[in-house]
Amino acid sequence: MADVILRTEGLKRYFGGLHAVDGVDFSLGQGEIRAIIGPNGAGKTTFVSLLAGRTPVTDGRIIFRGEDITRLPAFRRVRRGIAYTFQITNIYPKLTVAENIRMAVLGHTQRGDKVDFERETLAALDAVELAHRADIRAGELAYGHQRLVEVAMGLALSPTLLILDEPTQGLSDSEIANFCKLVKRISATATILLIEHNMDVVMQLAHSITVLNRGRTLAEGTPAEIGANAEVQAAYLGTGQ
Amino acid sequence: MTPAIARRNFILLVVVLVALFLLQFVVPDYYVLTITRIMTLAVFAIGYNMLLGYIGLMSLGHAMFFAAGLYGAGLLTYHFGIAVPLAFLGGLITALLLALVIGFLSLRTQRVSFMIVTLMFSQVGFLMTLYFADATGGQDGLKLPHAARSFQLVGLTFDLTNEIVRFNLAFGLLLVALAISFFILVSRRGRIFAAIRENEGRTEMLGFNVFAAKLEAFLYSGAIAGAGGAAYGLLDGYVGSTFASIQYSIEVLLFTLLGGAGTLLGPLIGVALMTTMIDRLSEVTTAYLLVVGVVLIVIVLWFPKGILGTIRERWLPWLM
Repeated sequence: MADVILRTEGLKRYFGGLHAVDGVDFSLGQGEIRAIIGPNGAGKTTFVSLLAGRTPVTDGRIIFRGEDITRLPAFRRVRRGIAYTFQITNIYPKLTVAENIRMAVLGHTQRGDKVDFERETLAALDAVELAHRADIRAGELAYGHQRLVEVAMGLALSPTLLILDEPTQGLSDSEIANFCKLVKRISATATILLIEHNMDVVMQLAHSITVLNRGRTLAEGTPAEIGANAEVQAAYLGTGQ
Repeated sequence: MTPAIARRNFILLVVVLVALFLLQFVVPDYYVLTITRIMTLAVFAIGYNMLLGYIGLMSLGHAMFFAAGLYGAGLLTYHFGIAVPLAFLGGLITALLLALVIGFLSLRTQRVSFMIVTLMFSQVGFLMTLYFADATGGQDGLKLPHAARSFQLVGLTFDLTNEIVRFNLAFGLLLVALAISFFILVSRRGRIFAAIRENEGRTEMLGFNVFAAKLEAFLYSGAIAGAGGAAYGLLDGYVGSTFASIQYSIEVLLFTLLGGAGTLLGPLIGVALMTTMIDRLSEVTTAYLLVVGVVLIVIVLWFPKGILGTIRERWLPWLM
């Protein structure tokens, strides 16, 4: 097993009486592509929001590359190499595509790295094949392309850990195929944590899968193991309740 | 922002400033006074615009920074006989420190809460100017002493009873405020401010310290508004609690919206139009505040980008 890049211990997030994340012990290996799946309301988005620092932790710890980041504000985690793409497309609609990416490159420079601005911007645009649309306002792009802008922004941060929250939602089949190729390419340089509903995508990409249900880890294993797991089937199909 | 666009805006800025400077040689004395007042209030509006226009935070209490500068400077000359340039600096520092405290507290809130919190703090400031009437002169205010009507700097004597001297001092301050605005807009800082205005959550998730950037903008905004207040009090030779009242918080919002929030020259244009209109109206009716209210509603409903904002959108996309 590769080195552990991210670990959580007893991670909890309560919203009043709702235990959205309820004691998750989680561990992610360097270079891995991990999918998180689970029924609606399982706590997937809350869980990755805790990792990214967008939601404060109720209890437990998060350790990233050996450092306790549980109480770090989100922007400091980004500077340590955690990039997060939102479930609902979240870009700068009034700026051009290139300007969107440039903001992300500017974000990357906050980490103290020396960066060739135009080269990095072009590289991220090329990766999502949007270079020919660089000067269009991002808000005017089709939805699928807006999602790609978002992914490109994540890329331009050159993260060590890229968290993708339902990246293929709203994409067409051909866009999804391209997206899977892209994720494989990104995984050469970054660890990827992916929330995904589309099981084809999960089976194609993930090295391993974590299943969340009602804020807890229900199962963890390779795609084949998860596919054969009776408890997972019960949670998804609602049998055994 | 490409260098070519920045250069074009810089040239426009220089042309406007030169034209403004030359006005003192061509217009009658009465208008020299009016333009002096417009330029001083424009500094206030430029400070306000830095918060509303550049980073997207609407304060309803900016009279407190204007008044902090006004009283900070005015009380120093009145009670302690401090020379005018130092008193000006004192007013500026008072406003800056106030902005630090108020910014630190109020920036924990967002949107409507932020508007309410800044409004409340501003009301506290207004009531304090009345409560400590022994020091501030309360409602009647204070007429600054004769000694504060002139000062010496770098071997020159400035006579503040002379309207041309006052005009040029106000012009100098306006020039500095616009230069600061320009450099912020073309800088990397300005891009981060604009990114926060467009999408705060996204900007934080690109690794930017949003709170620190907002506080920084708040400090620029409060300090420049305070400099406007200090200059207003010192040039006019009078400080009074009206300047701390909500009327001034609303008017500065109106100036900025009318001229175009987020534009470089919008605040100046907004102040020029609005004060001219108020002056004319107050000659014919005492209910001119009613008209101010109607103008505010019309702008918000049908004209949200203001004059320069609309011109930029329709015809001149390079306009800063």
